[in-house]
Amino acid sequence: MTMQIADSVSLSASDSQARAHAAAARNNLRTEPRAVRIVIITLALLFLTVFVVLPLVVVFAQAFSRGILAYFAALAEPEAMAAIKLTLIVAAISVGLNLVFGLVAAWAIAKFEFPGKTFLITLIDLPFSVSPVISGLVFVLLFGAQGYFGSWLREHDIQILFAVPGIALATTFVTFPFVARALIPLMQEQGTQEEEAAISLGASGLQTFFRVTLPNIKWGVLYGVLLCNARAMGEFGAVSVVSGHIRGETNTMPLLVEILYNEYQFVAAFAIASLLAMLALITLIAKTVLERHLDEGQDASDH
Amino acid sequence: MTIEVKNLVKKFGSFAALDGVDLKVNDGELLALLGPSGSGKTTLLRIIAGLDWPDSGEVSFNGEDALAQGARERHVGFVFQHYALFRHMTVFENVAFGLRVQPRAVRKDEAAIRSRVKELLDLVQLDWLADRYPSQLSGGQRQRIALARALAIEPRILLLDEPFGALDAKVRKELRKWLRSLHHEIHVTSIFVTHDQEEALEVANRVVVMDKGRIEQIGSPDDVYDNPATAFVHGFIGESIVLPIQIGDGAIRLGDRQLDLAADGLAPGASKLFVRRHDMLVGPPGSGAFEGAVQHVRNFGPVQRAEVALSGGETIEIDAPRDKELRAGDTIGLNPRRYRIFAG
Repeated sequence: MTMQIADSVSLSASDSQARAHAAAARNNLRTEPRAVRIVIITLALLFLTVFVVLPLVVVFAQAFSRGILAYFAALAEPEAMAAIKLTLIVAAISVGLNLVFGLVAAWAIAKFEFPGKTFLITLIDLPFSVSPVISGLVFVLLFGAQGYFGSWLREHDIQILFAVPGIALATTFVTFPFVARALIPLMQEQGTQEEEAAISLGASGLQTFFRVTLPNIKWGVLYGVLLCNARAMGEFGAVSVVSGHIRGETNTMPLLVEILYNEYQFVAAFAIASLLAMLALITLIAKTVLERHLDEGQDASDH
Repeated sequence: MTIEVKNLVKKFGSFAALDGVDLKVNDGELLALLGPSGSGKTTLLRIIAGLDWPDSGEVSFNGEDALAQGARERHVGFVFQHYALFRHMTVFENVAFGLRVQPRAVRKDEAAIRSRVKELLDLVQLDWLADRYPSQLSGGQRQRIALARALAIEPRILLLDEPFGALDAKVRKELRKWLRSLHHEIHVTSIFVTHDQEEALEVANRVVVMDKGRIEQIGSPDDVYDNPATAFVHGFIGESIVLPIQIGDGAIRLGDRQLDLAADGLAPGASKLFVRRHDMLVGPPGSGAFEGAVQHVRNFGPVQRAEVALSGGETIEIDAPRDKELRAGDTIGLNPRRYRIFAG
């Protein structure tokens, strides 16, 4: 009996030694030789610099190439102001619409079972898989002079193409998936129990939505809205097709950047481009903050 | 509040979750719905709460049609297996929720809500957690908060869906006792669902045993244990020895051995004989209805569990007191102190 115990003790000692060796070997396996590490990191940094940092620097350098006064003068041009205003209006409309659509779609998909659900999920992704130019063309086919509703619209003097409604529609279509996509997995994971609890405690449908469902998904909603907004302001293809490029009227910021660039007005083009670049940077920072909140929410529900 | 359920049917596709269930729950009773998973017990509970709807059948509270009302109007407190606490609210706000969402006309003022929540947190002995969030609580604490939240609306009925299913064994035992004494204190008609027979027998006044969408037996804990009505109940509650027997010519046979048991009033044919492990009394060879050879023996606290090969072909496990040591190789007689025979 004693022998056995002694045996097992020595065995466990050699065991732990072996384990330590194995751990060291694992560490070595995971850590590349110093030279390889340096090469890989340098390559990654080089790539990032050339493809990400440099363009960003160039945008701002070009925008300020004639000094700060020229920069603000370019932004103060009526055409530029009109483009900024139009972009903000269009973004507000399409983000607003997509917030409502996205919430409704995610709610329906996550909380209810119905036939055709998979098809609906696929359909929501459609704008992501279709080229934006084609999305724009669809609206031309529908609302253009030769389109299905063209003559009816002309009779009633309603202008959709080459005007704000057309641009807003095209942008809404292209940015549709963002809010829904951000919410569906979140709401599916959270399930329906909290809603059931709320209803059995006497809450109405609206009370349940505003007091239980919405607070649970608020970070997800903000996340979706943020990405939706960034894309809405930056959208080029679909908007280009439906806008008609009427100067001072139907040019959004991305469209104006292209026009100004083609006219060799580099300072003006890059001044507006710098605003879009700043939007991108702010979006990135906000996204990082929101993702942290989303992760925290997930952790809390894990227990 | 009495609850009456009549001929309830609920199908999910071709699967019948409830297949014609009739049940009457008395006022102030603490009733357990016991069954394996898939037996329909949770579905029944959800239909009573108004969280699910039957395909046909009736549910009435005090003789009033409950199916005419939604979950919101039924004033039923529901406690979920996974608590379903509102994760973005503090414990205090969770418990206050039911009071805050009441229509303005009947809603209590803030001071009254505060004192009521305080009262409930005292009742579940967790007043010191009022400002915490659900994620900061242990499982047992969460379930007690969920119960306090359900009680806040002064429910006419309290329904608990596997309330202790997600907790570890020790906490579960404590909460069982606590639930019993709580029910004793507030006396609201309560139904709880469980697949744990020990839990059902320990907590409930009356136990409803369900299987495959049907009620197999309704009775007191003693009743369902001592007088199981069906083979399923005998097998599900407590551990049973099951022996395939043949009945014919006024005798019972196990394989080729005729058993010294009365066959009066039993239908001839293949049947099953059920005995509890501890109801098999050990005696000298030739003294009982069965005879067998002990294969091996293991001790479990106060009892010794012996594997016995019966003459007649079956091998069974019995629990015997440890005063008379059994040894592998012994030939023993076995006499069932209590047994039941079910056809099939």
